[in-house]
Amino acid sequence: MTQNAEHVLDHFDLFRGPEYQQMLANKKKMFENPHDPAEVERVREWTKTPEYREKNFAREALTVNPAKACQPLGAVFAAVGFEGTIPFVHGSQGCVAYYRSHFSRHFKEPSSCVSSSMTEDAAVFGGLNNMIDGLANTYSMYKPKMIAVSTTCMAEVIGDDLNAFIKTAKEKGSVPAEYDVPFAHTPAFVGSHITGYDNVMKGIVEHFWDGKAGTAPKLERRPNGKINFIGGFDGYTVGNLREIKRLFGLMDVEYTILGDNSDVWDTPTDGEFRMYDGGTTLEEAADAVHAKATISMQEYCSEKTLPLIAAHGQEVLAFNHPVGVAATDKFLMEVSRITGKAIPESIARERGRFVDAIADSSAHIHGKKFAIYGDPDLCLGLAGFLLELGAEPTHVLATNGSKNWVNKVQALFDSSPFGKDCHVYGGKDLWHMRSLLFTDPVDFLIGNTYGKYLERDTGTPLIRIGFPIFDRHHHHRYPVWGYQGGMNVLVTILDKIFDEIDKSTIGTATTDFSFDIIR
Amino acid sequence: MSLVKTQSIAEIKARNKELIDEVLLIYPEKTAKRRAKHLNVHEAGKSDCGVKSNLKSIPGVMTIRGCAYAGSKGVVWGPVKDMIHISHGPVGCGQYSWASRRSYYIGTTGVDTFVTMQFTSDFQENDIVFGGDKKLSKVMDEIEVLFPLNRGITVQSECPIGLIGDDIEAVSKAKSKQYEGKTIVPVRCEGFRGVSQSLGHHIANDAIRDWILDKVPADVAPKFEPSPYDVAIIGDYNIGGDAWSSRILLEEMGLRVIAQWSGDGTLAEMEATPKAKLNVLHCYRSMNYISRHMEEKYGIPWVEYNFFGPSKIAESLRKIASFFDDKIKEGAERVIAQYQPLMDAVIAKYRPRLEGKTVMLFVGGLRPRHVIGAYEDLGMEVVGTGYEFGHNDDYQRTAQHDVKDGTLIYDDVTGYEFEKFVETMQPDLVGSGIKEKYVFQKMGVPFRQMHSWDYSGPYHGYDGFAIFARDMDMAINAPVWKMAKVPWKLEPAPVLMAAE
Repeated sequence: MTQNAEHVLDHFDLFRGPEYQQMLANKKKMFENPHDPAEVERVREWTKTPEYREKNFAREALTVNPAKACQPLGAVFAAVGFEGTIPFVHGSQGCVAYYRSHFSRHFKEPSSCVSSSMTEDAAVFGGLNNMIDGLANTYSMYKPKMIAVSTTCMAEVIGDDLNAFIKTAKEKGSVPAEYDVPFAHTPAFVGSHITGYDNVMKGIVEHFWDGKAGTAPKLERRPNGKINFIGGFDGYTVGNLREIKRLFGLMDVEYTILGDNSDVWDTPTDGEFRMYDGGTTLEEAADAVHAKATISMQEYCSEKTLPLIAAHGQEVLAFNHPVGVAATDKFLMEVSRITGKAIPESIARERGRFVDAIADSSAHIHGKKFAIYGDPDLCLGLAGFLLELGAEPTHVLATNGSKNWVNKVQALFDSSPFGKDCHVYGGKDLWHMRSLLFTDPVDFLIGNTYGKYLERDTGTPLIRIGFPIFDRHHHHRYPVWGYQGGMNVLVTILDKIFDEIDKSTIGTATTDFSFDIIR
Repeated sequence: MSLVKTQSIAEIKARNKELIDEVLLIYPEKTAKRRAKHLNVHEAGKSDCGVKSNLKSIPGVMTIRGCAYAGSKGVVWGPVKDMIHISHGPVGCGQYSWASRRSYYIGTTGVDTFVTMQFTSDFQENDIVFGGDKKLSKVMDEIEVLFPLNRGITVQSECPIGLIGDDIEAVSKAKSKQYEGKTIVPVRCEGFRGVSQSLGHHIANDAIRDWILDKVPADVAPKFEPSPYDVAIIGDYNIGGDAWSSRILLEEMGLRVIAQWSGDGTLAEMEATPKAKLNVLHCYRSMNYISRHMEEKYGIPWVEYNFFGPSKIAESLRKIASFFDDKIKEGAERVIAQYQPLMDAVIAKYRPRLEGKTVMLFVGGLRPRHVIGAYEDLGMEVVGTGYEFGHNDDYQRTAQHDVKDGTLIYDDVTGYEFEKFVETMQPDLVGSGIKEKYVFQKMGVPFRQMHSWDYSGPYHGYDGFAIFARDMDMAINAPVWKMAKVPWKLEPAPVLMAAE
């Protein structure tokens, strides 16, 4: 017996005890019908070879360990950024349980969202009654200021028409006729979570600006000096949006953040549960039509939203999740150009401190090889930053990266001498990445929590930057945008590099000569 | 201190009834009528808890439930470690359920075991329009090339499959034939089927029956010499190692565990199960179907047991032993005695810190009733409980064996109801899932996830109880809960508030 009341053994230690080890070995030998260990070893080695890589890259149908989720997840992400708004997902209810769990595991926060709970009968007859009852219930129970409707693949396959359904539900008195129920079709079998974000953002903008689905006059644009800001689907939304507000405050820029979910996913523990907190007010969402320009921090999260906004006469501008000095320079200078507001000396000082930090540390990053995977814009932002540190983003992979994205990443490589041996992979998954890490190894891997399996298999140290991060806490509270955000990314990378140097030199009387106290 | 303790049973019952009436006021009339049937105050001596269950969730109320796919892929099939489970359809379902259930296993992942991997056919618009059968065939071919040591494949259907008329059974049969009788199991667990995870469990059980057990030739010799003491653990998903800390007790009492369903399980173990002398069933809800089937077809008796907390463990070990000879009965007594000092020490350490504390639960499967005894071993009291996807037989078992008079019962509770119940009853601890965790922690209420053991565990068996006791103490007595209130803000009395 290994368990002990004084020092309780967790699963970490309990199952390493001799009783359990013997029990498990016996189970395997007697009952599991295991493969010959030599055969397992042979296949394991084979999966590391160029031959396996070739077969792996020849895949046409199977996806293994993808780095993307489905549209409805992004739909919920965008919707909770509006004041008092509850996302209402029309379709099967299990999907909503999944989105809520997924966000709660990343942000360590509640994630409120409802479903229209469609089942077999709705599959046959359509989900109109689910919409009628669902809107009425949500409206009475949770008293939202707005209900943002999106769909699951079930509702899309059977062809439910959200516009017509919402109209009918209003006629039946589920919610008042003038109540805001923007909607977006977000089929899971098209695009990814970033597409869903885009569709809902477009749906909400269209709702407020273009006559609320024919129930109100279209807004007439009277240009003012403000700018709109769209963050895109971003695991660092809490830290990033707060950093953007701080920077805009320093610059005295008048702005509207469309989809500000930085408060609802960072509420205090003070005895009160806030189902809603912060967010873009509905008035601000409507008034945003008058802005002189709209800036999106993530091009591939706003491919449909920006053209809609441009059609209303605004200048639109998209970045690719800017990280680092040059990308932040460009972002701030564009904000300055559009708004006519100067970048204050205080921000120039922040920039100087960031450059100072890079100068202090770049010797440890210069020439190191990295593999990066994640959403398309984040990959571009991180790859750009690595290049300016003198590092090589050897493999850059986005499961939801398009042809256009591939070209853009290649152009980035071509712009730097450090990009000449770098490769971009659009539409590939983490099993492809596994082959790349074996056949063309790098020093570090940058990605989300699932990268830990790649770290285990290939020994490539994982630097956790991306979404979701389930197994490290609170990093979403720190920005990666702005010079201070760039500093956070720099420190995150450096910490891992130094940890790895220490780990590899910690041997006594073997590698102790390099176990330096000053680095 | 809980409000509950200061009241008599009659007062508690009256308060709970009032509470139910109060929460129903928020609903539109039609919804209030439907929800009323799912809420009740338990009356001692009744044969069930007096609530309707296993009915459709109401649209828009924020049910906590999942879907049939979650019940099949996430619960029953996902943990079978040497098979590859294809999430067949769009990418999301497999992504959100990827490795999140903590079904522990040992193996070379990606080579001979595959549990913490996400295999999907990643449907695109073309697959919806033209059907996905060809793609599925190709997916299987590619699996055979890249993962040659897999022992079998399952097809876990997502919503679109049943709606676009795909014939995954035909594909599975054809591919099984092509790959020399390889086990390939089509599972019709589309998320829109049924009202919760529950139908997914049933469908998954039926698929095991039809595509695995029925395919094992009756005359085939088992790979091991049968013994009179062979049992199979059914309905333990090895969350945080639960099945292991259970298995060790069964083995220590002299039994031989020939299969685990399905935590750390393998195809070979499932195939061998008809050779068992007794099926021991932990999660009745998710695997009673296959247990009944094996009883009917192979004459294998099954017995429910409960390995949460020393009282229920001892009771269960004796119940299991009663199916065997004196050697096993003595073995059970020996095991109980052997662990008694550990249990005494655990209770001596933690009971004084937890005595009289109240708990509200809302979980799935067996836990809304099974963990009550473990709390009681620590001197704690469960004052409210309910099932995410229970059926009437679950509520019968709960009423007859586990809950106390006056316990608040809530079936398929809505987000709003649960907040209001907790706000009024002010328990010392809430045990539920990840979606609920942060809601209650914001309110200042200690919380433990009772699906994933909050990344701890195991909680089963004697070894698990020590961890359970430590975790409950850690949750309730953490200093953080004294810090929630802002000290410079005046407060008349501590009141927990739900969202308005």
